[in-house]
Amino acid sequence: MLALAVIIGLLPLALSNNYFYDIAVLVGLNAIVCIGLNLLIGYAGQISLGHAGFFGLGAYGSAILASRYGWPPLAALLATTFAVAVLAFIVGRPILRLKGHYLAMATLGLGVIIFMVITTEDKFTGGPDGISVVPFRIGGLVLQDERIWYWVVGALLLLAVWLALNLIESPAGRALRALHSSEIGAEVVGINAANHKVMVFVISAVFASIAGSLAAHYSGFVTPGKVTFLHSIELVTMVVFGGLASTFGAVVGAAVLTTLPQLLTVFKDYEMMVFGAVMMGTMIFLPRGVVPSLARLLAARRKAAPDDKARSV
Amino acid sequence: MSLLRVEGLGKKFGGLNAVEDLSFDIRPGAVYSIIGPNGAGKTTVLNLLTGVYRPSAGRVVFDGHDLTGRAPHEYARQGIARTFQNLQVFFNMSALENVMVGRHLHERCGLVSTLLRSRRVARAEDACREEAAELMRYVGLQNYLSAAADAMPYGALKRLEIARALATKPKLMLLDEPAAGLNPTEALELDGLIGRLTERGVTVVLVEHNMRLVMGVSDHILVLDYGRKLAEGPAMTIRNDPKVIEAYLGSAVAHDGPFGNAIASAVAVAVEMHR
Repeated sequence: MLALAVIIGLLPLALSNNYFYDIAVLVGLNAIVCIGLNLLIGYAGQISLGHAGFFGLGAYGSAILASRYGWPPLAALLATTFAVAVLAFIVGRPILRLKGHYLAMATLGLGVIIFMVITTEDKFTGGPDGISVVPFRIGGLVLQDERIWYWVVGALLLLAVWLALNLIESPAGRALRALHSSEIGAEVVGINAANHKVMVFVISAVFASIAGSLAAHYSGFVTPGKVTFLHSIELVTMVVFGGLASTFGAVVGAAVLTTLPQLLTVFKDYEMMVFGAVMMGTMIFLPRGVVPSLARLLAARRKAAPDDKARSV
Repeated sequence: MSLLRVEGLGKKFGGLNAVEDLSFDIRPGAVYSIIGPNGAGKTTVLNLLTGVYRPSAGRVVFDGHDLTGRAPHEYARQGIARTFQNLQVFFNMSALENVMVGRHLHERCGLVSTLLRSRRVARAEDACREEAAELMRYVGLQNYLSAAADAMPYGALKRLEIARALATKPKLMLLDEPAAGLNPTEALELDGLIGRLTERGVTVVLVEHNMRLVMGVSDHILVLDYGRKLAEGPAMTIRNDPKVIEAYLGSAVAHDGPFGNAIASAVAVAVEMHR
């Protein structure tokens, strides 16, 4: 946690222009989504292939309320978040009865429905063309500059990490990990598995929705591109790449998979091939995801070190 | 005054009656064993008594509450805890956290104070950890206080499930074959542990094949055969019941005679040891 704060604090020294700040903000927003998604997938063991839908609802909800109806952006954000939470609660209960592949299919369907609604309701959403969004403002303070956004998103990312860590190290968090491992074992000690699944589903949807709202205000424009099934897959990939059941893994996954395509532009036409190769290589050599696998390697080395010493004596 | 009353309980899987018209009463403070040959329906009964299965017929009344058809977590809330024959340990956590999960019902705190980690939540966490450690020592797992669950041997995992079940502060504890897979020394230690459970005021239902253990600790025994009650009564009566001996060993051994029962018991123990 402290390390992350230091990194966020010192990173601007390395960011020489607005383009880098832009990428850093995108990393932060993706990381917030991934932290929520990791609570659902990594800790509670429930898959969602529709989280881009919640991200999109957050973005469009804020965009429509703030730009079309002139709501104050903060009020728009809060109202949208609340609406998404209610939607996730209503939809979550029947969907989360399903397990494994069936749950994946149902959440995929949910994401597709949200995408369809957004692209077809063009009176509100602008359809495939998207709509422009007013800048975020609280009172007289307008957030327009990348550098200001950087600090806002950095602070929110730290907040998201803190909330997630608090949840994990609590009775509710243990209940999630328990039902991931054995749902029946969790039930017989009194854990209402269905309620806990819905709770974490709602939390992860709220994280995605808030990140979506902020992304809309930040870029000043939303299109259905970020609501697609492909974006849902990207989000899940970030979580798995960084490491399931690791909050910092989610942050690392979001950081790597957001910046990698930018770095790989030097390969021009081969960009996507190299990207795929990096992904495959990582999962083969660090099968638990980057952070947990490296942590395990370090722990093993630390354990091995005293043995070496003992042998040399 | 019974703690658990079962009336006309039945469970069908397709056309097969796994349990049929089963009724019994469990009084508080006793060790009540359910025995029977393989496939007699013992584990099915435990699953019916914890809400894992929904009965096809009959009622389960616990401590004055009709729990028939309720979800497993509601049985737990009323004070029924259990262990599993095929372990249901949370292997993605430490041993201590497994026991801490058992305290779930007694760690109610709101989502907001959890997310913000209020001071009260932090204090409750410390107390929870302390109590979980205490329970681990109680069942003899003091050497595994900092172990990961997936690094523990089988015998220790069995005790871990008992500690987790105890953490729910149950009135009734159902143990599904706690001695299976244990070596003779570990199995012997189990006698003492079950005895201490009753001293704590926990009523125990024991499903077990190890006859030495069953005969040693039980106050009352229910014998199942093909999902029906074959016999029920105090341990001494059951041990000498020809019907029981026949169900276990076939009729040839169950003859009358000065050594008949002694031989039957010896053979029963031998058979169980070979299983």
